[in-house]
Amino acid sequence: MLARLLAALTGLAFGLGLTAARAADPDPADWAAVLAAAKGQTVYFHAWGGETRINDYIAWAGGQAKARFGVEVVHVKVAETSAVVSRVLAETSAGRDRDGSVDLVWINGENFAAMKKAGLLWPTGWATRLPNWRHVDVAGKPTTVADFTVPTDGMEAPWGMAQLTFYADSARVPTPPASLDALADYARRHPGRFTYPEPPDFLGTTFLKQILVTRTADRAALARPLDPAEAEARFVPVFAYLDALHPHLWRQGKVFPANVAALRRLVADGETDIGFTFNPGDAATAVRSGELPATVRSFTLAGGTLGNTHFVAIPLNAKAKAGALVLADFLMSPEAQAAKQDPNRWGDPTVLAVDRLPEAERARFRALDLGAASLAPDALGPVLPEPHPSWTTALAAAWAQRYAVR
Amino acid sequence: MRLAAILVLAGLVGTVAVGLAGTLLPAFGHLPAIGAHGPSLDAWSRLFAMPGLARSAATALALGIAAAALSLAIVLLVLAAFHGTRPFRLFVRLIGPLLSIPHAAAAFGLAFLLAPSGWFLRLLSPWATGFDRPPDFTLVNDPLGLALLAGLVAKEVPFLMLVALAVLPQTAPAQAMEVAAGFGYGRMKGFLVAVGPRLLPRIRLPLLAVAAYASGSVDMALILGPTGPPPLPVRVLRWFAEPDLTMRTIAAAGTVLQALVTGIVALAVLALEAAVRRRLAAAAISGRRRVEDRAARIAAGALACLPIAAIGLGAAALALWSVATAWRFPAAWPEGWSLATWTGLAPALAGPILTSAGLGLAAAAIALLAAIVLLAGAPPGSRASGPVAVLLFLPILVPETSWLFGLDVALSAAGLTPGPSTVLIGHVAQVVPYVHLSLAGPWAGLDRRLEPVAASLGAGPLRRLLAVRLPLLAGPLLTAAAVGFAVSIALYLPTLVLGGGRVATITTETLALAGGADRRITGATALVQALLPFAGFALTGLAVRALALRRRQPVSA
Repeated sequence: MLARLLAALTGLAFGLGLTAARAADPDPADWAAVLAAAKGQTVYFHAWGGETRINDYIAWAGGQAKARFGVEVVHVKVAETSAVVSRVLAETSAGRDRDGSVDLVWINGENFAAMKKAGLLWPTGWATRLPNWRHVDVAGKPTTVADFTVPTDGMEAPWGMAQLTFYADSARVPTPPASLDALADYARRHPGRFTYPEPPDFLGTTFLKQILVTRTADRAALARPLDPAEAEARFVPVFAYLDALHPHLWRQGKVFPANVAALRRLVADGETDIGFTFNPGDAATAVRSGELPATVRSFTLAGGTLGNTHFVAIPLNAKAKAGALVLADFLMSPEAQAAKQDPNRWGDPTVLAVDRLPEAERARFRALDLGAASLAPDALGPVLPEPHPSWTTALAAAWAQRYAVR
Repeated sequence: MRLAAILVLAGLVGTVAVGLAGTLLPAFGHLPAIGAHGPSLDAWSRLFAMPGLARSAATALALGIAAAALSLAIVLLVLAAFHGTRPFRLFVRLIGPLLSIPHAAAAFGLAFLLAPSGWFLRLLSPWATGFDRPPDFTLVNDPLGLALLAGLVAKEVPFLMLVALAVLPQTAPAQAMEVAAGFGYGRMKGFLVAVGPRLLPRIRLPLLAVAAYASGSVDMALILGPTGPPPLPVRVLRWFAEPDLTMRTIAAAGTVLQALVTGIVALAVLALEAAVRRRLAAAAISGRRRVEDRAARIAAGALACLPIAAIGLGAAALALWSVATAWRFPAAWPEGWSLATWTGLAPALAGPILTSAGLGLAAAAIALLAAIVLLAGAPPGSRASGPVAVLLFLPILVPETSWLFGLDVALSAAGLTPGPSTVLIGHVAQVVPYVHLSLAGPWAGLDRRLEPVAASLGAGPLRRLLAVRLPLLAGPLLTAAAVGFAVSIALYLPTLVLGGGRVATITTETLALAGGADRRITGATALVQALLPFAGFALTGLAVRALALRRRQPVSA
C-alpha cells in the first residue's frame, strides 16, 4: 500500500497526462452490431436516487436490459446531477478520455447545457438514430429536441415529460389557489402552511422560474442567454414576490425542505397544506402507496405552468457506449414508457406520440388508470417554456445570496 | 514485530498525510488536472468571499467544543453518581446496543421524535397541547444546530462512557473512593475529586476524537443540522460536487480551513480538560464534603437516561414506521400495519447489505490484524496518550473531509479505479483506531506471568503470540472485530468519496434519503443500517459465550 501511496503522491505532484487511442465507437445505424457489442457490458447509469419509486423503476429497467440484451445496469444514485458533470469534467481534464466512470446520465437543463458547452457529451447525434426514436412526439412535444431552449442535437435521448403541478388535500383546501397571487394570499391567511424546496434543488429553482416567467412581460428575452449586467433588474419581480411571501412560509422561510420528496412529506405530515412537483402523476402515485391521504387532488395555475423534458445522455468518455445506447433505446420503447407512466410504478408522462403507436402498444397506455388525484393530460393547462439555462443558474445564485445566508 | 508495527503505523499516517497533501496542493492553487499550477492564494480569497462562510465555520467550531464538553460532563457525572451500583450495571449493558446504532440511523430516529409533526407531539396531541395540526416550530434543522448537538451528544456519550469504563480500573476507583469516604466526602464529590483527575488524562484522546467528529462529520449534519448555511463540512462536500472545476480549489481550501477549525476545537477541549482537572483538584481542598447529594444523583440519573431514551425511542419510531400503512398527525400510533414496505424494499436493499457486510468483514479483519501487530510491536510501557497513540488516532483526529478528498485524487492519480478496494483503504484507516482502543485494555490486562513461562518452555516470540496470547484473548479479539465491523458499517463519507459514488452500502442508501422521503422507507432503511452492526455484536457475543463454555471458565469479555 505504501508504495502505491508514494506513487500516488508523485503522480499528484507532477500531474498525469494520459492519452490513449480511442476504441472504435458503436454506430446506432448498425443496430445488430450495437447489440452484439453491448452484450456483456456493464452500464453505470448515474441517476438522481432520492425517490424510491424511481429507483425501483430503474431497477426494473435494468433487469429487463439484462434479460433481453445481456446488459448489466448499475444505478449509481446521485444526490445532485451537477456532481456527475463535475466527475466527467474532472476525468477528462485529467486526460481520462475513455473508460470514464459514467456511461449514462439522467440529465436536463443547465447540466445538459454545461456538458454540451464543455464538449463532454458524445456528439454523434446518436439519440435520433435509435430504433425507438420514430415514436417520439417531436411535433407535439417540442421540448424533446430543445432542452431549456438549447438544441439537443441528438446528444440526449428524451426519457420523460415534466410539468409543474400543484397538489393539496381537498379536505383541507377545498378551493385551491389558481394563480401565484392567490397562492401568496393563501400563505398570508394560513401562515406556515406553504413552502418550496431550497434552491439550487431543481424543483425549488423551478418555482423561482415559474414566478420569473409569469411576471416577465418580455418573454422572448427569457429564451436568450441572460446578460449578467441585466440580471438584477430582471430578477426584481421574482424577489418582490418572494420578499412578500417569505414571512408567511413554513418556518417563516428560515428553513426549507431539501427536495420534492421532502416537500411531499411535509404535506403528508400535515405540516403544510400545498405541495408541488414536476411529475403530474406524482400525487396519484403517492396516494396509491398510502403516503398521501386519498382526498389529495392536483391542480395547476391559470395562464400555465413550466414544463420540460428530461433525458438520458452518454458522456464523451463513457466506457460502455454500446450498452448505454441499448439501455437508452429500451427506456424510450413504448413498453418501458407505458410502465413508467403507470401510477403504480412511477407515474411519469411519456415522451412518445401515443396516438401514432401501433394498436397493441397504444393499448398499454389506454390500460393505465391515472387515478383521481392526478389531472388528465388535457386538464394540465398550457405548458410554459423553460428560460435559457443561464437564467436558472443565475437565479439560484441570486436566491442563495439573498436568502440562504442570514 | 517492531518493524511490522512501524510499517502499519506508517501506513496509517501515510494515508492521512497523502490525503492532506492532496487537499493542501489544490488549496494553494496547484491542480494540474484543471491547468492550475500554483502557488496561488486565489482559492482562499474566493473561499472567504463565500456567503455565510464565517457562520458555517463558527457552527462547526461551536459544535465540536459543545459536544465534547457536554459528553464529558455527562460521563463524569453519571460515573460519579452511579459507578458500581446495580442500575449502573444495567446502563453498561445498554451501551453496546447504543454504540452499535450508526449515527445516521440515530439521527433519523431523533429527527422524527423531535419534529413538530414527530412522535413526542403526536403522543401529546391534541389532548394535552391542543394541536390538531403540527405547530410551526423550528425544532429540527434549527439555525443554531441544537438538534444536531443533541444527536451528537446522544451518540458520543455511550462511546466516551465505554472508553472511560475500559481505563477506569487503572485509577483504582474503589480504593480511591474508600479513602474519600473515610474523609467524609459524599459519593459524587468523592469520585470527582479522587478519581476524576486521574481518569481525565486517560480518556484525553477519545475525547479529542469526539470533538473532531462533532466538528467535522457530514452524515448527522445532513439530517439534523442547520441548512442556511449548513456547517462547514457539509458545504465542503457540496463545493466538491460543483460542475465548475475551479470550485475544487475552493473546496480544498475549505477542507484546510476545516482542519484548522478542528485544531482550534482540539486546543479548546484540551484547555477545558485542564481547567476541569484544576477545578476538581481545587475542590478537593475546599473543605466542603457535599455529603448530601441525592438531588445531584437524581439529575445525573436523568442525564444517563436521556441518550438512552433518545436513541431507543428513535429506533422504536423507525421500527413502527417501517410496518405502518399510514400514520398521520396527531395519531399516536399508525393507522394500520403492513409488511409492504419491507417486501418492497428487500430487492433494492439486498445488494447494499451484502456490500456493507463484505466491506465491514474485510475492514474488521484487516484492522484486527493491524491492531495485533501494533500492540505486539509496541514498546513496553507506552502510554495511552503518548505520541504513538496520537499517530494511531490521526485518521479520527483529523477531520475526514480534510484528507478523504485528497486521498481520492491521489488514488486515482495512482491509477486505481474507484471501487470497493479504494473504499476499503478509507475504512481500514478509520477502523484501526477503534479496534485498537477496544483491544488495548484486555491486551494490557493479560496475566504478565504467562508469557515468561511459555518462553522458559522454549517458545519464541511468534509462538508465544499465536499459541498463548491470542487464544487467551479470543473473547476480546472477537469483541474488537465486532467494534470494527460496526464502525465500518456506519462510515458514510469514505464510502461516498473513495467509491466515486459507485459503491452502494446500506449507509449510503440511508443517507440518499436524508433530504426527506416516505417515512416508511426511511424507517426501514435506517433500521437495517442499525441492525447490521447489532447482528455483528450479537454473533460475536454468542461466540464469546461458546468459547467460555468450552473452556469452562467464566465470561470475561
